Amino acid sequence: MEAVFAVVVGIFFAFAIYLMLSKHTIRILLGVAIMGNAVNLLLFASGRITKEVPPIIPPAGDILGAGAANPLPQALILTAIVISFSFFAFLLVLAYRAYQDLNTDNTDEMRLAEPEDQPLPPLGY
Amino acid sequence: MTMDVTAMTFLMLVLPFVAALVAPPLTRALAQNAAWPLALAPAAIFIYFARYIPAVSNGDVIQGGFAWVPQFDVTYSWIIDGLSLTFLLLISGIGTLIVIYSGGYLKGHPQQGRFLSFLLMFMGAMLGIVVSDSFLMLFIYWELTSITSFLLIGFDHKREASRRAALQALVVTGGGGLFLLAGLLLIWHVTGISSLSALLASGDMMRESPYYLAALILVLGGAFTKSAQFPFHFWLPNAMEAPTPVSAFLHSATMVKAGVFLIMRLNPVFGDTGVWETVLPVFGGLTLLIGTFIGLRQTDLKLTLAYTTVASLGLLVMMTGFGAEGAVEAAVLYLIAHSLFKGSLFMVAGGVDHEAGTRDVTRLSGLGKFMPITFAAAMLAALSMGGLPPFVGFLAKEEIYYALAHGDTWDIVFTVVAIAGNAMMFALAFGVALRPFIGEPCVVPGPHHAHSSEHEEDTAAGSDHGDKSHTVHEAPLMLWLGPVVLAVAGVLAGIFSGTFHTLFSSPMSSAIVGAPVTLEISAIPHISLPFLLSIITVAIGIVMYLAADRLRTLADNTLTAIGWGPDKGFDQFMRGVVRLSHRVTLTLQPGKLEIYVTLSFVFVAAILLVPMTVYGEWPDMPAWPSMMFHEVMIFAIAIIGLFAVALAKGRLTAIVSLGIQGFAVAVIFMLYGAPDLSFTQFMVETLSVVILALVMTRLNLQPTDHRPAVHRIMDASIGAACGLGFGAMLLKSTQVPFNTMLTEFFNAYSKVIAHGHNVVNVIIVDFRATDTLGEIAVVVVTGLAILALIRIRVPSAKPPLKDNPAEAAPETQ
Amino acid sequence: MNTLIFRTMAPYLTALMVLFSVFVLLRGHNMPGGGFIGGLIAASAFAIQGIAGGVAAVRRALWFHPMAISAAGLFFAGFAGLMSIPFEVPFMTALWVFPKFFGTEVALSTPLLFDIGVYLVVTGSITSIALALEEREDL
Repeated sequence: MEAVFAVVVGIFFAFAIYLMLSKHTIRILLGVAIMGNAVNLLLFASGRITKEVPPIIPPAGDILGAGAANPLPQALILTAIVISFSFFAFLLVLAYRAYQDLNTDNTDEMRLAEPEDQPLPPLGY
Repeated sequence: MTMDVTAMTFLMLVLPFVAALVAPPLTRALAQNAAWPLALAPAAIFIYFARYIPAVSNGDVIQGGFAWVPQFDVTYSWIIDGLSLTFLLLISGIGTLIVIYSGGYLKGHPQQGRFLSFLLMFMGAMLGIVVSDSFLMLFIYWELTSITSFLLIGFDHKREASRRAALQALVVTGGGGLFLLAGLLLIWHVTGISSLSALLASGDMMRESPYYLAALILVLGGAFTKSAQFPFHFWLPNAMEAPTPVSAFLHSATMVKAGVFLIMRLNPVFGDTGVWETVLPVFGGLTLLIGTFIGLRQTDLKLTLAYTTVASLGLLVMMTGFGAEGAVEAAVLYLIAHSLFKGSLFMVAGGVDHEAGTRDVTRLSGLGKFMPITFAAAMLAALSMGGLPPFVGFLAKEEIYYALAHGDTWDIVFTVVAIAGNAMMFALAFGVALRPFIGEPCVVPGPHHAHSSEHEEDTAAGSDHGDKSHTVHEAPLMLWLGPVVLAVAGVLAGIFSGTFHTLFSSPMSSAIVGAPVTLEISAIPHISLPFLLSIITVAIGIVMYLAADRLRTLADNTLTAIGWGPDKGFDQFMRGVVRLSHRVTLTLQPGKLEIYVTLSFVFVAAILLVPMTVYGEWPDMPAWPSMMFHEVMIFAIAIIGLFAVALAKGRLTAIVSLGIQGFAVAVIFMLYGAPDLSFTQFMVETLSVVILALVMTRLNLQPTDHRPAVHRIMDASIGAACGLGFGAMLLKSTQVPFNTMLTEFFNAYSKVIAHGHNVVNVIIVDFRATDTLGEIAVVVVTGLAILALIRIRVPSAKPPLKDNPAEAAPETQ
Repeated sequence: MNTLIFRTMAPYLTALMVLFSVFVLLRGHNMPGGGFIGGLIAASAFAIQGIAGGVAAVRRALWFHPMAISAAGLFFAGFAGLMSIPFEVPFMTALWVFPKFFGTEVALSTPLLFDIGVYLVVTGSITSIALALEEREDL
């Protein structure tokens, strides 16, 4: 099953990066959102895949059965999902505010911090 | 008892820094008189270490310290032998006098407290260098002297010349410090030794190492820059921009000797080889000649002294590396003598400047009548510098000629070099110490408080404005105490040479040679070859002194003819660095996000793919599992969703497609045993779609692609390369054995210890709760950041000011 | 989006979702669920109500500012870790008590308090984000 995941994860990454290479903030954002999923799937698959048995100890037993899914990557991914969502929201608002104030969604035109013609710094002491 | 000694010594090494901390408030309270209590710190250090004299002159080596980073074998440890003890006493003794002198010299300066603080900090750093046993400690103190020297040279930071000189000193000596670090690390690596004491005990280990030459060049890079050897000599005269106490202390008596100290310290390990005995004399000799020759050109008292300092350092390096019998002893004697007379002469020059208002030797004359004490100190120091009996300078000169004059060509060349250099130094010494004081009283600008002119000039010199032939007064006690004490010390050391040798020069020479050495030379002249050479030197010196003006013209013309020097080269170098960095910055950071992202992902792809190709670690071709229909479908839906996002023409399509791939991922989690993830993913995707819709409905953004086809193909191939890399990495990592240690731990204990059946939740809230705490803190912070972003209004959106509508109007358009 | 049906249904839906979110939170230790999921459900509930009935109404109903709720959650979570101090065990060590209320054993623990903290953080922060974005006039 991991082989299928590897292919899917590769495709997710490819699309995420393709979108992030755009000049337009909104497409970059979409790329970031997909990138989050790609990374989560990568983590999930590295912990090995099992089918359908969640990592929950049955009421009778004391330890988790042999066929259950690996809980560790799940715990890592669970928090990662929430954090990547809050960062996605932050980036979204940032892009929105940048659009409001700079009147563009084209990253080439956002040159407030690094202006086009930076002068040579002073050569004296 | 041992503990007490360790603690006391450590306290003494820290004391200057403590004093530096209290200096500013103390100066605010006591004005220039704060120098007296502050001088107690170096005085205490002097007295403390003076108690070691008997033990050290017996040949004992005192070591102490404690572990600093034991894992890396780094210690804070010191070694006190004849070499370091002499330096300790010179630094703390001259330091005491300099602190007092600074009190008088910078009287009334608004930043006097800061100055004293820097000066004491420097002293602490310098003491650290000379006692350091551990390599890293040596390096840290070494760089600390560079930094404090930078602060002191740039003390008058409102003048460009000061800033330039400070930066130059920092670049040259700090850069040299990096060479030293590299050299020390190389030694550490080659020998496995991280302390000087162990290195000194290692015998021929370093000399026989194939890395000897590399280590030597690196270490000498540090020593030569610090000690202003040609071609790095240029920073030292420029450093005279600093107030005179700094010049006297750092740039003649102590800091610049750190390089010489290092060479002396390493002599037993590195010395006695052909390279050592060629490189050091050649560079030292060159420095001696160049320093004195440029010195002839100067009219400024301080600059003249600065060039003689360069020359003296050259002489020291030359003697240390000469290798003949008595050479090291000569270097030792000359080092001590030089510290005494040069510190004194600098302070005299400062005193003259302070009282007469100028340091230009062509404008000064006849001051001796008005400043008898200063004159006396200057003469004593100059006689020592000129090498006349019974001064300590005479001992040094005798020993130098004794070591040099042996007869083969090599020796004769250096004897001639030494005679020429010494004669020129003789002339320069009296040019500074005699000329301003004799002859007709001159007209001078009058006393000024050198570095506080804008505050005090009016009151101090106010009465002299009408009367041009103003009289100069003797300098105050604070200003003549230092030069007198140092000059007298020079006389006493010469007269009581037997005691002097026993206590200082013999132990110090022994430490440098690495074997017991006894000095016997006394100040009583006796007819011998060295004495004859001394007489020749003095005779040439007197001739040169009398012909000083003609020589000045000669030197001036020669140097003007040459034109370019390392000093100019430094400017060119610095400008080149700025231009280069500007160009590099513009190339690497053109300000286009697209380029940054593209570069980053090109490198990500390279990092993933290149090693796999180079080391042949591509994953094996996997066996494809048989999949149920619904599994195939859900993967297909996810991929279709991705295509739809990338190709979407309208914003709504893009949002919905994003949702599709997200929900597909949620279902995938569900299918493979992760219900928690599945629920979370569902909720997050829902919320993502909602907020995306909320924002996008308010924007006229088109998510369609505007890239030209070529661009798209390039981006697509970068994406595909990264995708291939990540996929292959995942495949490969799942093909190696899986370490289940952690998983088994969680599976076994989450019910038994943590009372939870849902292992995922137990990991989040119990086993790894501290981790989760950090993560929810991140969520809170992003929440706050978003709120701030939404609430903050940029200034351009502000309505125009009501008071001034005419001016404000254009800005809002 | 602001249809009559949606507006009528929204309060009930919200109430049900918040109730469900608490349920998911509390059962999380033994069944799928927990603070993160519960918090997301509650935040969605408030977001729905914000779209249907206006942001002002939700803010009034919440009484506290959403970021204050979030901060309180972070405080609870941190406090759950610090409870270990009087027992002289390392930070974040789980502590359990099993008191009986009306004959039923109830398991109370610092991980439960911690999970409630997580729930409040997620609810507060994400509600804050959603409400801020829904406030048209503020943007």
